Amino acid sequence: MPTKVEKDTFSGRDTTGHEWDGLKELNTPLPKWWLYVLAATVVWGVALLVLYPSIPYGPGHTNGLLGYSTRARVDADVKALIAQRAVFMDKIAALPVEKVKADPQLDAMALTAGRIAFANNCQPCHGAGGGGRPGYPNLASDVWRWGGTLAQIERTITHGVRSGDPDAHVSQMPRFGADAMLKPEQIQQVADYVWTLYGNQAASASVAAGKQVFADNCAVCHGDNAQGNHDVGTPPLRSRVHLFANTRDEIVAQINNPRMGVMPAWNKRLDPATIRSLAIYVHSLGGGE
Amino acid sequence: MNRTGRHAAEQKLSQSGFYADRVRVYPKAVSGIARDLKWAVLLFCLTVYYTLPWVRWPRGPGRPDQALLLDIANRRFYVFHMEFWPQDIYFLAGGLILGAVGLFLVTSLAGRIWCGYACPQTVWTDLFMWIERRIEGDRNERMRRDAGPLTFDRAWRKVAKHGAWLVVAFWTGGAWIMYFTDAPTVTVAFWTGKASMPVYGFTALFTGTTYLLAGWAREQVCTYMCPWPRFQAAMLDEQSLIVTYQGWRGEPRGHHRKDAAAAAKFGDCIDCRACVNVCPTGIDIRDGVQLECINCGLCIDACNEIMDRTGGKRWLITWDTLARQKAKAEGRFERFHLLRPRTVIYVSALVLAVAIMGVALATRPTQILSVQHDRAPLFVTLHDGSLRNAYTVKIANKTQRDSVFSLTIDGLEHASLALAEQPATGAELHLNVPADSIATFRVLAIGRPTHLKSGEEPIHFTLHNTTTGETTRTSSIFIGPGTPVR
Repeated sequence: MPTKVEKDTFSGRDTTGHEWDGLKELNTPLPKWWLYVLAATVVWGVALLVLYPSIPYGPGHTNGLLGYSTRARVDADVKALIAQRAVFMDKIAALPVEKVKADPQLDAMALTAGRIAFANNCQPCHGAGGGGRPGYPNLASDVWRWGGTLAQIERTITHGVRSGDPDAHVSQMPRFGADAMLKPEQIQQVADYVWTLYGNQAASASVAAGKQVFADNCAVCHGDNAQGNHDVGTPPLRSRVHLFANTRDEIVAQINNPRMGVMPAWNKRLDPATIRSLAIYVHSLGGGE
Repeated sequence: MNRTGRHAAEQKLSQSGFYADRVRVYPKAVSGIARDLKWAVLLFCLTVYYTLPWVRWPRGPGRPDQALLLDIANRRFYVFHMEFWPQDIYFLAGGLILGAVGLFLVTSLAGRIWCGYACPQTVWTDLFMWIERRIEGDRNERMRRDAGPLTFDRAWRKVAKHGAWLVVAFWTGGAWIMYFTDAPTVTVAFWTGKASMPVYGFTALFTGTTYLLAGWAREQVCTYMCPWPRFQAAMLDEQSLIVTYQGWRGEPRGHHRKDAAAAAKFGDCIDCRACVNVCPTGIDIRDGVQLECINCGLCIDACNEIMDRTGGKRWLITWDTLARQKAKAEGRFERFHLLRPRTVIYVSALVLAVAIMGVALATRPTQILSVQHDRAPLFVTLHDGSLRNAYTVKIANKTQRDSVFSLTIDGLEHASLALAEQPATGAELHLNVPADSIATFRVLAIGRPTHLKSGEEPIHFTLHNTTTGETTRTSSIFIGPGTPVR
């Protein structure tokens, strides 16, 4: 209780007994029930303290009488979610990819599952939305090395490229320059020829010579019209979309001493339903054949 | 300053320090014009509240036929012939602004009549007090019984009162649920034990709060919990019509009037405390304007009753403005000032808000087009060098008919549109959107722009409903590598 309660002379009411630089506060008492509500919240707080994990000490914390744990809760929720999805994922795993695509419900499920799996596993190299980056193919465009049908995409994801998996895609472009298979001027000529295939200009004599070099050395894999070949994983050189860069220097470098990337075999890390979902998602990005 | 009414309470306060015991209020029954008005408003409000969910409004097959249904689960809000989507949330904001400005206007004109007549807290408290009076009797009887020992008579009346309160509270909580789900369906489901947990939970919650607030808390809600009494002072001024004790007529008060000579010393107030006894918040109106006063005017009825009985002049307590009262005390005449800057501003704001809301409601589009450019990749180069941008297109069809929409693009050279996984169709897409729903499409726009200033150019999407003829346009951008495409 305050020490010096006085009556305020103007209003005739009690003061609280507190004084700040001559200012005194009138006592306007809170209703008792308000105090009881405060007490009830304290009781509530103590109950929570006893029932739930609360007080930290050294290596751990009190566990509470209910044994509640957010981690266990998340585990249970994740298990429940997997069980809930299993209905669809089991069907996706059991059907061939084209059949999954044809079923609107499974297709929608696969697109969502694929989008999430893509973000978790593929995005670091291929970029968000499959936009690609130098050395990592753009999955949204209509240019494919190993084929852009659902089944071809699924196979590439499952076994990878040069991954060491026995069924992996493997291709080997010869080191035409480094191994002296072509003379430097031949390399320049064939580079000029390839450079003109997608709308660039070069000296016509060099291009004509380059065309012959191409027919003798490159066409066997890259095709007579440089259209590429999905069976051996050769890119269509005629297109405007290239793996590394759209420059003539890059063409020369690639003929001299080709760089060849590796894609992991995802069957070691992802289940078949997820891989199938990924194939359907990648196919939907815009380039699917 | 006269503080007769608070005297006893304040004595108690000063003894109990910083916390005040609750002073029980036993409002006495009263009749008169304010009471009649209060009953009328109460009857109207409760009738509307309890019966509105049962009003039917046929909307056709497969659609709810409840006149007012806030279907939160399906995100549709049905108000008679109107249907609102979550996208129309600004109408709720508009409605709240209307309510607030309306309340400001009414308060500046006629004081806290919302508090005294229409506030749910007042309406249900009044209803609960009526029940209390039926079972436990009027003020004097209740006070006598509460002060006495716990007899069988007192016990059964308490049990009956709380039982009746709980029944009303349950009915109130149950009716609340019906605004959010089909009333007949939920009623059957409720009593057959098939309703959802939220239905039972919210019914219990609103039963509990109604019982607690209207039965137990009552004037404590108005005095301690509600913010409105705290800032009403900003809307009231000396020209607002409020419940006023005419002190210049009544004072000095006193009831020792044995003869004419003694009576001549006193004013009209005979200090019978009838106004205090009927007050639902337990205050003395003769102390002047105060926070606790809800402006219900029951003290006016009480005073008039006494004046009629004792042959005094009516309207000692009346509705009047502070300015007029001051003038009367000084023997002047002062008229009412309805047109004041404050009321003019409130009316203008109200008219403006109603006009904006009305126009917005009348011209509400039945379709919404939302186009969002893909964030990654921003653009894709195709083998022939053309560019492709992808957009997430959402079309809301708010009509009740399945519609075919045509989506066209302009502003992009050599443009063609395609849906994901489907071949390009040229510059126009035909999209089916079922009635009363939103459909999402992944739209690919392919073009060969010859110049892309700073890597992008504006394009426009036009959505045309081939069924209703309504057209909506929206703009977006087409992104490329920043240098002209050869």
